[in-house]
Amino acid sequence: MSTLTLAARDSSTMVRRQLRRLLRYPSMTVQLVVTPVILLLLFVYVFGGTLGDGLGGGPGGRDAYVNYVVPGILLMAAATAATGTAVMVATDMTEGIIARFRTMRISRASVLTGHVVGSVIQQLLGMAVLIGIALAIGFRPNATPVEWLAAAGLLTFFVVAITWLAVALGLKSPTPEAASNAPIPLVFLPFLGSGFVPTDSMPTVLRWFAEYQPLTPIMETVRGLLLGTPIGNSAAIATAWCAAIAAASYLWAKSTFNKA
Amino acid sequence: MTNLAIAANGLRKSYRDKDGDKVVLDGVDLAVPEGTIFSLLGPNGAGKTTTVQILSTLIRADGGQVQVAGYDLNRQADDVRGAIGVTGQYSAVDKLLTGEENLLLMADLKHLPKREGKRRAKELLEKFDLVEAGGKPAATYSGGMRRRLDLAMTLVGDPRLIFLDEPTTGLDPRSRRSMWGIVRDLVKNGVTIFLTTQYLEEADELADRIALLDHGRLIAEGTAEELKRLIPGGHIELTFADTHLLEAARHLVGAGTGAGAAAPEALTLQVPSDGSVGAVRELLALLDERSIDVAEMRVHTPDLDDVFLTLTGRQQKESLR
Ligand SMILES: Nc1ncnc2c1ncn2[C@@H]1O[C@H](COP(=O)(O)OP(=O)(O)OP(=O)(O)O)[C@@H](O)[C@H]1O
Ligand SMILES: [Mg+2]
Repeated sequence: MSTLTLAARDSSTMVRRQLRRLLRYPSMTVQLVVTPVILLLLFVYVFGGTLGDGLGGGPGGRDAYVNYVVPGILLMAAATAATGTAVMVATDMTEGIIARFRTMRISRASVLTGHVVGSVIQQLLGMAVLIGIALAIGFRPNATPVEWLAAAGLLTFFVVAITWLAVALGLKSPTPEAASNAPIPLVFLPFLGSGFVPTDSMPTVLRWFAEYQPLTPIMETVRGLLLGTPIGNSAAIATAWCAAIAAASYLWAKSTFNKA
Repeated sequence: MTNLAIAANGLRKSYRDKDGDKVVLDGVDLAVPEGTIFSLLGPNGAGKTTTVQILSTLIRADGGQVQVAGYDLNRQADDVRGAIGVTGQYSAVDKLLTGEENLLLMADLKHLPKREGKRRAKELLEKFDLVEAGGKPAATYSGGMRRRLDLAMTLVGDPRLIFLDEPTTGLDPRSRRSMWGIVRDLVKNGVTIFLTTQYLEEADELADRIALLDHGRLIAEGTAEELKRLIPGGHIELTFADTHLLEAARHLVGAGTGAGAAAPEALTLQVPSDGSVGAVRELLALLDERSIDVAEMRVHTPDLDDVFLTLTGRQQKESLR
């Protein structure tokens, strides 16, 4: 068998290991699904009435805000999940089984790939539930199947990228506790972008940051695909960001794992 | 000449900490022939685990030439990994998976065909008395069960060279004995074992050759017998009913073996001996011939404990100077 086939085989073994672990201890997955749902309900029912009026154009109010906020919550869900992934990776690294893997002739990246694929599946599941609930409380996208597919593709790409980043952060952390802090800035990024309110309502410095940070073009693209708002060059920028984050994080994670 | 499973020359390793470099291994040489059990013996902190970690590619040495299973440790690490199995000092099982799943995971990573992997897992569960526990998560296992699972996982790919870092620490006497049996079986099939232990009895029981590691240096090496000969003190102690018998025995033994320290007040006689059954039988037969009745007899063999304490103690005194 070639090196590549072996690497693929080891990776699929590690993915199965990870999925089995996730199934056996579903509390983490449940938390990953429930937290964003609560955030969604909070933003729509508590802040939504007022924030929706401030969106400008259209009828405003809660109904308008549901439509506006869903992409932001989706990304925030991914960022929250990244925290979980970082902790899980850091915890796993303290386990003796990882030392055992290191003394075996296996593809080293496969250990990390297992974590990434497991987390991505977990997150996509969470996003599906989130979108389902959003639809139930008034989210009214006007996307064609192709646009749905494109939005799902971009979200998946983003989730893959941010999960590799979380894996790298988890590997870099000396303890699982430290790993739970590292991705916290990610959780706030949707707020400092176009996730919850349009960026043109922000003071200059903040607006400048909001417009150039990676999450804004991603949210704008998803919003455009699902709701028909203008996308412009956001799609290209969003894809570039995801590719850059994924590639850099993958290399970072791999070299960190090999060094340790 | 037989092939060497492990050949190390001038192995060095130090760790950097706040008060400078701490030397953990200071030029260790090892030669372990294929198909033998080699035991590395040493007190806490001697560097046993560090040695195992280096030889099993887990960490890199700072210096030294090392060949493991015929491959260069630095340049052919992956080939080394393909040939070895490691059961480290600390549990290396996936606690969230069941015992059986852990074994199947190893089988997959060793690229065994599905059916073969299942067969091997079943066989190992039986061999290690884990059939009942096989379906439960390893987190629920007792220390001894986890240790057994650990070794079972190491055996999945039938490695030719196995590292065992304190394999019986924390096991009860029965489990320890069964572990010894398993190790002996492995060697019968040509496997080489590199074993570290704190139990001198274990090294004595199992090892073909023993090396004593202290402060990162090998301070003695040889068979258990050779090591025991390094320190004096093996003898048979005989107690007699009266001085008359004592004197007669002293004459007899003195003439026969050349030495014999008598303690007339206690009515005892110490005869230097290796304490083997043959030696004891010979001595008693000799006394019996002359109708010298022995009231009591005790055999004192220098065990590895004596060797260990004497040699590591000496080292300590030297370093204090
Ligand atoms: N990662 C590390 N960083 C710094 N020092 C270390 C590290 N690992 C081991 N040491 C030091 O190296 C020395 C040897 O440790 P090692 O674990 O090899 O001993 P050992 O012989 O296995 O002891 P034990 O019988 O307690 O298991 C110890 O003094 C230990 O403090
Ligand atoms: Mg140790």
